Amino acid sequence: MSGSNAASVADQYDYEIIKKFSVMAIVWAVVGMFVGVYIASELTWPFLNFDIPYITFGRFRPVHTSSVIFGFGGSALFATSYYVVQRTCQARLWGGGLIPFTFWGWQAVILLADISYMLGYSQGREYAEMEWPIDLLIEVIWVSYLAIFLGTIMKRKQPHIYVANWFYLAFILATALLHTFNNLAVPVGLFTLKSYSLFAGAQDAMVQWWYGHNAVGFFLTAAFLGMMYYFVPKHAGRPVYSYRLSIVHFWALSFMYMWVGTHHLHWTALPDWASTLGATFSIMLLLPSWGGMINGIMTLSGAWDRLRTDYVMRFMIVALSFYGMSTFEGPLMALKDVNALSHYTDWTVGHVHSGALGWVAMISFGSLYHMIPRLWNTKLFSEKLVGVHFWLATIGVLLYITAMWISGISQGLMWRAFDEYGNLQYSFVESVAAMHPFYMMRAIGGMFFLTGMCTMAFNIFMTIRQGVREANVAGQPVAAAA
Amino acid sequence: MLKNLKHEILETNVGILLVGTMIAISIGGLVEIVPLFLIKDTVESLPGVNVRPYTPLELRGRDIYVREGCYLCHSQMIRPFRDEQLRYGHYSLAAESKYDHPFQWGSKRTGPDLARVGGKYSNEWHVQHLIAPRSVVPESVMPNFPWLMTTPLDYSDVEDRMRALRTTGVPYSASTEEYEKNVKTFGVATAKMLDISHAQQNLIAQAEAGNYDGDRSSISEMDALVAYLQVLGTMVDFSKVKPEDLVKYR
Repeated sequence: MSGSNAASVADQYDYEIIKKFSVMAIVWAVVGMFVGVYIASELTWPFLNFDIPYITFGRFRPVHTSSVIFGFGGSALFATSYYVVQRTCQARLWGGGLIPFTFWGWQAVILLADISYMLGYSQGREYAEMEWPIDLLIEVIWVSYLAIFLGTIMKRKQPHIYVANWFYLAFILATALLHTFNNLAVPVGLFTLKSYSLFAGAQDAMVQWWYGHNAVGFFLTAAFLGMMYYFVPKHAGRPVYSYRLSIVHFWALSFMYMWVGTHHLHWTALPDWASTLGATFSIMLLLPSWGGMINGIMTLSGAWDRLRTDYVMRFMIVALSFYGMSTFEGPLMALKDVNALSHYTDWTVGHVHSGALGWVAMISFGSLYHMIPRLWNTKLFSEKLVGVHFWLATIGVLLYITAMWISGISQGLMWRAFDEYGNLQYSFVESVAAMHPFYMMRAIGGMFFLTGMCTMAFNIFMTIRQGVREANVAGQPVAAAA
Repeated sequence: MLKNLKHEILETNVGILLVGTMIAISIGGLVEIVPLFLIKDTVESLPGVNVRPYTPLELRGRDIYVREGCYLCHSQMIRPFRDEQLRYGHYSLAAESKYDHPFQWGSKRTGPDLARVGGKYSNEWHVQHLIAPRSVVPESVMPNFPWLMTTPLDYSDVEDRMRALRTTGVPYSASTEEYEKNVKTFGVATAKMLDISHAQQNLIAQAEAGNYDGDRSSISEMDALVAYLQVLGTMVDFSKVKPEDLVKYR
């Protein structure tokens, strides 16, 4: 590519912020997945806790979830949304000083969260463990993010707002709503991190899982669908399969997801009507989810041969397949009878990871592999290494979810097994002992996935270095900034 | 055709798209959350269901439970199934966590449910199990928590903690009026425990009387955590509760 072309694109769009977020997405992925492998190993070989408070399972687990969801996922979403909204609106990012603030603020959030968990500060709410000062910082960053996103859309040169932006917008709005209400808390004092949630018991459980499942529904699904609706057609060089399907997909998903959180509370002290509503909407949600998956996969019709040669394309299509798989498994597990067996077991953990590793991580890998060479105006350092990453990641996910299926269903069956006299057949700890080989298998699956991730980090590092060198040779001022 | 025209309005006006999306994402939460605060049957209120707030020592124990992330492997919510009844006891009532800020029902049982662990094991067993789980349960994968025994309990801000909880609606008393009200609801002995102005005295007295960690020389974090574990699931007297009355609340 010619240097002048790069310069004009760099003038037209703000790429610096996207570069920063892309790099941090990869850094947090490596950190978060490493911690994930570590805590999986702690469950397999408990001596790994080393009697060190800061790295015991209970404190380290939120470090894993926050680093991968908000660190890796969040940074990937900031990066791709800033890329997509500029490209599809043909407008430079609006917001001035707010733009770098979202970057430094967000990185500070993840870092502070991880440190505070290790020191023992936690709200005790899954995926919302961050204490109140961090929550307030997130609130400010998020409002800035919304302002930047809307400001850029308003500057658009196209009359239409592209479908990917609808999904990103829904994700930003829903996250703001969920974050605000789930983190209502009374601090113990102005100079302490400790707080108590405003709600208690059944109401608190309801609010938390309304948040918890929609962290999945909007943060980990709607937003990544935004990614999918831009990068899959762009990389395939074909238009989205069906415009109508994307409209239905968007509105049905936005409306229905918010109802389904209560399927995490089946058979609990939450009133039955609420959990029944959750189950009902979970089953209905299968339709828009699969509509979206079909819309993504069929975008490739007429270009199927790309799958043979293009590993980036493969990442995207396998991601969509996992999206379809886990959005089928989800409604299944939301059925009360299935949930009676699956709840509290590793099956849930496996389900989350087929979505998180199979769908969220793989669509991000595909998108980052597509986007990063364009940001630095170069080519990928090695297509072959993308292939290595693809196979390591795929084998890793499969090992992981297979292990969790077996252990989850075994746990469910062992806990409810009766002997011929009507007594419980197994003590609890027998079920713990029986899980050991599968916990080992899960940790190994994680190691595969992490190794793949390190391959990507190396490949991207070399790609960026190559891009910077080429720019230096061309003598462009872009190089200094990069 | 008409449909497309209509949607075109949404996708060419960001304001309308924003409002439409807000409406779409707000309904589910409104319908499911708001009624839980309004419908009285959400939380059981029956004779025998005498759930009280935690004493200062138990409260500090609960803080440690949250700090160490126990809820990530232990649930506190027994479901109404025969196997769970046999293994853990009577299914959990909503009333039993009505003072739990935050709730600790959990979502995963890497270890067993703890909703009714109170009174099931001796204090000595808990202390030994928390320091070195595999010395009493060889197959356990729980981490050791030896520092609980060696760290003195910090109770300097226990009043602030109780005041924060009072703001959320937990009936810790800050005035004579509130104290009198607690006497009526919980009886004199409990009402004294819920009095914020005597929190530190009460905490010390309970720790010394209970001697939960077996070491009388100091009050450790272990004292507080074991005191909390020993009260879990013990507040409801199920001999006084009729099952047919409970069913109405489900």
